[in-house]
Amino acid sequence: MIESQNLTKRFGGRTVVDDVSFLVEPGTVTGFLGANGAGKTTTLRMLAGLSEPDGGQAIVLGGRYRDLPNPGRRVGVLLDASAQHAGRRGREALAVSAQLMGVDQERVDILLDLVGLDRSAARKRVRNYSLGMRQRLGIAHALLGDPGALILDEPANGLDPPGMRWMRELLRDFADRGGTVLLSSHLLNEVELLADRLVIIDLGRIVAAGSHAELLAGSGTLVRAEDDQALRRALEAGGLPVRAASEGGFVVDAEPGRVGRAALAAGVAVSQLGPAGSAGLEQLFFDLTAGAGNGGGPNPVEANS
Amino acid sequence: MSSLSTALEPQVTARGAGARPSLFRLTGVELRKMVDTRAGSWLLAAIVLLTIATVVARPFIDGSDSSLRGSFVDASQVAQTFLPIVGILLVTSEWSQRTALITFALVPQRARVLTAKLNAGVVLAAAAWVVILAITAVGTAFAGGDEHGATWSLPGWLIGQSALYLAVLMLGGIGLGAALQSPAPAIVLYFLLPLGFAALGAIPALDGLARWLDGTQTLEPLVNERMGAADWAHAGTTLAVWMALPVLVGLWRITHSEVN
Repeated sequence: MIESQNLTKRFGGRTVVDDVSFLVEPGTVTGFLGANGAGKTTTLRMLAGLSEPDGGQAIVLGGRYRDLPNPGRRVGVLLDASAQHAGRRGREALAVSAQLMGVDQERVDILLDLVGLDRSAARKRVRNYSLGMRQRLGIAHALLGDPGALILDEPANGLDPPGMRWMRELLRDFADRGGTVLLSSHLLNEVELLADRLVIIDLGRIVAAGSHAELLAGSGTLVRAEDDQALRRALEAGGLPVRAASEGGFVVDAEPGRVGRAALAAGVAVSQLGPAGSAGLEQLFFDLTAGAGNGGGPNPVEANS
Repeated sequence: MSSLSTALEPQVTARGAGARPSLFRLTGVELRKMVDTRAGSWLLAAIVLLTIATVVARPFIDGSDSSLRGSFVDASQVAQTFLPIVGILLVTSEWSQRTALITFALVPQRARVLTAKLNAGVVLAAAAWVVILAITAVGTAFAGGDEHGATWSLPGWLIGQSALYLAVLMLGGIGLGAALQSPAPAIVLYFLLPLGFAALGAIPALDGLARWLDGTQTLEPLVNERMGAADWAHAGTTLAVWMALPVLVGLWRITHSEVN
């Protein structure tokens, strides 16, 4: 169990994490979603005892992280896959931590196998690792102490599609065996297939939280017609709020029945009508996190579509 | 596949994993971290090779004797100069290589990590001292001695004081690294401080100050003569300022700063 209770963190007068509360239950995967700079990393760092909260509490396995006697054996933490000594060999990076945690050295090789780093990769120094290899090493490191919970910051970053799929299966399996998983991402499609629950953060505040289905239920109706302009006029005439969906048609904040009646009233032939589903979730995520206009980069949805 | 699936078994109940890592184990980990990186292993290898080179070259230098004591004192200078850099890197690499994220996630009691690093520094200094003595002993045996019997004598005070000297230099390096948390400034300062004092010592008004604070004046007697009370007072003052103070500053910074 991992619990963020009203966590708050300020840097130089700016509140980067603002009254953030959520709960990650054993046996589940929670996706912590938000644009870059939304406060995900700071929240995870507070949960792992690396940053002192200005308000609220971080509860991990019933207490504060730093009160765990040998935390690596209870909680696997991966906060930055690049935070490894560049001059150390991959296997050695795991072996040092295994020594520290009191884990058998043979477990190092088991985990290298598990994450797909072969003998020659394990002998290389970390400076020669790609970001994907560093993520694999970081995931092996998080699992090294045989923990019951995982806190992973952007673990899919740098993985290729097969790597991402591999990680999804690994974490799903871990949770199905009773483990607790909290992972962050700035890309919805990295976590929506995996996470049982999503927590969406923007500008330091939780803006939405719930299961995939719960969030989808609130994500509206997707409607398409051959004549989009006529459909738009029909929906607006019916007093329904309309947003253009990313792949044509509209996402409407109303049940399909009302949308259908509005189209019928205006005599517009509808070609598709139903719950917005994934398209709606993507739209919701984009809308919820559109406030983080820092950096001027591509928005998180478009960046990956 | 059974090994793979058990590797993934989440430990929902903590079985036998509750024990806090002992300071002994943490010290062993820090010792390992000094030698298992490319920078660390090359630096230590270079120190050993330069020490050997010093012992080999000595007989060809005019005026040098062939005694174990002379060889030992000369050859020790290599480690005295470069071993503290291993200590500086042991601490500063946690920030420059960002491994502090891992180290302090595994050991949230950050003061214990610094304590383990200081312990490891003393152990490495002791190991280096033994290696230097072994190298110089072999060198002395090869050089053959004069007939006066003084060849192999090593005074007791030199054994104790030279080991202490190497250890405090190492601790000073770790302290400097902990206070500055960045390798380049720490290494530059480590080499510039003695030069700066030499320059300041040339100013008569500051000469008195240098006699208490300039390590090149106050610590060198450790390997040159049996120290008297005044010598210990001078050396102790220097160590308080250049070793204890940086360690305390470093301790405060490490326990109060955000880990990035």
